[in-house]
Amino acid sequence: MSFQTAARETLADAQLRRNLGQATALIRAKRERAVAEVPDWEALRDAGEAIKAHALATLPEQLERLQAAVAAAGGVVHWARDGAEANRIVAAIAREQGTDEVIKVKSLATDEIGLNEALADVGVHAIETDLAELIVQLAGDRQSHILVPAIHRNRAEIRALFERTIAQGQSLGDEASAIAEAARLHLRAKFLSVPVAVSGANFAIAETGTIGVVESEGNGRMCLTLPRVLITVMGIEKVLPAWEDLDVFLQLLPRSSTAERMNPYTSLWTGVTPGDGPREFHLVLLDAGRTDVLADPIGRPALHCIRCSACLNVCPVYERVGGQAYESVYPGPIGAILTPQLHGLHAAPSLPWASTLCGACYQVCPVKIDIPSILVHLRERVVREEKSRLAPEALAMKGLATAFATRRRYETAQRLAQLGRGPLAKAALPGWTAMRDLPQPPRKTFRDWWKTRETPAAAPPPDAAPPPNAAATPQPAAPARDSEPAP
Amino acid sequence: MRVALFVTCFNDTLFPGVGRAVVTVLERLGCTVEFPLEQTCCGQLHCNAGYGHEAAGLLGRFGRVFAGYDAVVSPSASCVAHVRERIPDAPHVYELTEFLVDRLGVEDVGASFAHRVTLHPTCHSLRLLGIGDRPARLLRAVRGIELVQLEGARECCGFGGTFAIKNADTSMAMLSDKVRHVLDTRAEVCTAADTSCLMHIGGALSRGRTGVRVMHLAEILAATE
Repeated sequence: MSFQTAARETLADAQLRRNLGQATALIRAKRERAVAEVPDWEALRDAGEAIKAHALATLPEQLERLQAAVAAAGGVVHWARDGAEANRIVAAIAREQGTDEVIKVKSLATDEIGLNEALADVGVHAIETDLAELIVQLAGDRQSHILVPAIHRNRAEIRALFERTIAQGQSLGDEASAIAEAARLHLRAKFLSVPVAVSGANFAIAETGTIGVVESEGNGRMCLTLPRVLITVMGIEKVLPAWEDLDVFLQLLPRSSTAERMNPYTSLWTGVTPGDGPREFHLVLLDAGRTDVLADPIGRPALHCIRCSACLNVCPVYERVGGQAYESVYPGPIGAILTPQLHGLHAAPSLPWASTLCGACYQVCPVKIDIPSILVHLRERVVREEKSRLAPEALAMKGLATAFATRRRYETAQRLAQLGRGPLAKAALPGWTAMRDLPQPPRKTFRDWWKTRETPAAAPPPDAAPPPNAAATPQPAAPARDSEPAP
Repeated sequence: MRVALFVTCFNDTLFPGVGRAVVTVLERLGCTVEFPLEQTCCGQLHCNAGYGHEAAGLLGRFGRVFAGYDAVVSPSASCVAHVRERIPDAPHVYELTEFLVDRLGVEDVGASFAHRVTLHPTCHSLRLLGIGDRPARLLRAVRGIELVQLEGARECCGFGGTFAIKNADTSMAMLSDKVRHVLDTRAEVCTAADTSCLMHIGGALSRGRTGVRVMHLAEILAATE
């Protein structure tokens, strides 16, 4: 389904519009306050961008360092070319443990590769332990936000869902704490009994082999410490060269995402520590299209993303259509540049146009990804690689460019536009007048008026000196060759 | 001061009054305005729609037509941003309010306009050009004007070039909110530094028969009613 078609459906959902409008307005205001507190915020953004650019420019080296450090600390490193390979690795480890359940820390990488579905195929049930992910899972729904996957649901909807599923026969009331308590009781039993956990990673430090996960609910800490076996699936772009790089990202990420000064739970672990935490640790390094993105120097900064979701919260398009219209784990502006690059342009050819290029996303991005420029770049690639040169739009654009290439043709096109015909009128009309009035083209263009107007007496104001080179009127250095003789 | 006017293809063809207003304001301030008739389009539409190759030809033409001028002034923030970003060694191309405030050092351009007005600052004015409060400063100096703050002013109106047509439903959802905020101000006129956003906002104000009109900032600065 194209973005346009999906958006038409979600735009009509009044409850969704209300939930999203309220939630994004709230988080936008909070983020602005949290960021304003940091005097060197712009310097932090520069540092974040520079560290990510360096990490990606030296990616093979960083990944080899990471592998060596994790192995030295007692972990096992696996390499997965694509999602299917990563899923097979995780499934094999889970089955080796003889379990039919795994508990999961919220992870976009595993959502991206459809791990839960792949595990279900081999008889292993993956239990989401993040509250919002649990809501989405119980409802058989799809995520609509990177950070707040159930942002499209309000309290009443969640209460009804829980009373149908994990709290059957109970009346949970309207208090958020009572509704959350139902989830807490349900999950606590799982934390204490399931032997295998699966997580993603926010960061992986090549220097030390340390993996980092930041979260707000404590469910992550439970998953990362209680089970016997921990499996982390991580996109290869998450690697950071040095321990001290965390200094920058642990400031940038919480303020940009949850608008907190510091996030509630920061878990960092290095391999296996006897007597403390999991006895087995597996790190699955996932490519799944990332090296292809790396090969495109203009599109590459999309891999800098630290999944804060600030760009979603400020995006006027996202706010109205919601995450599901993007039909990807990665919605919003970052999704519009990441999804077509990770999965191929043919998989999401309409996403690069899901933006007005208003620039709000670039302004808030903590690692300064120039999303509008990458969108324009991807549009060019879609036009070049995916679309027919004979498509109506391509012909209209070509026609306009030809018309604009010489003065004579341009002025002819203006005449036709006045009559409601020709490339100018054709490019402007369709899709516009269904919803908006279009002004009548005036009888006289500006240049018509200019050519016939009475030249004002060139009388400079009394206090202005005459221009130094009044005699030498500057002329276009290289007048276009199609010039008509001056009238 | 002698300046070249880059009126933009859009204003030239559809909104000639905007170009006339710029000429009026600049001449009132003692500038000698030239209008190179060879100018056509800067290619912004093509570029943002994914037709970079076609845009490159038009940008090259823009560079040739306006080479040799000390200052090029345009009443379109988005076209100026496009040219500035893609021709780093372009002639000095100014958005109108930049030129008035920064180059001429003027905020009171001698206009009078006794109406209630609200300003939509436009995304490319704010975030690509960074012209900040220059439009508001110019408007506040207009005699008789009652300038009222627009809620959610910094948010996009939903135009976005081909976005308005390709993603018409989403565009319209954004526009509805912008129009609601405009109507909430009880202004008679909604103004901006770009005609494209104004055609979009004005198209809905007109379709809704709201009685609120749109005017380019230059048209208010030219007024002496």
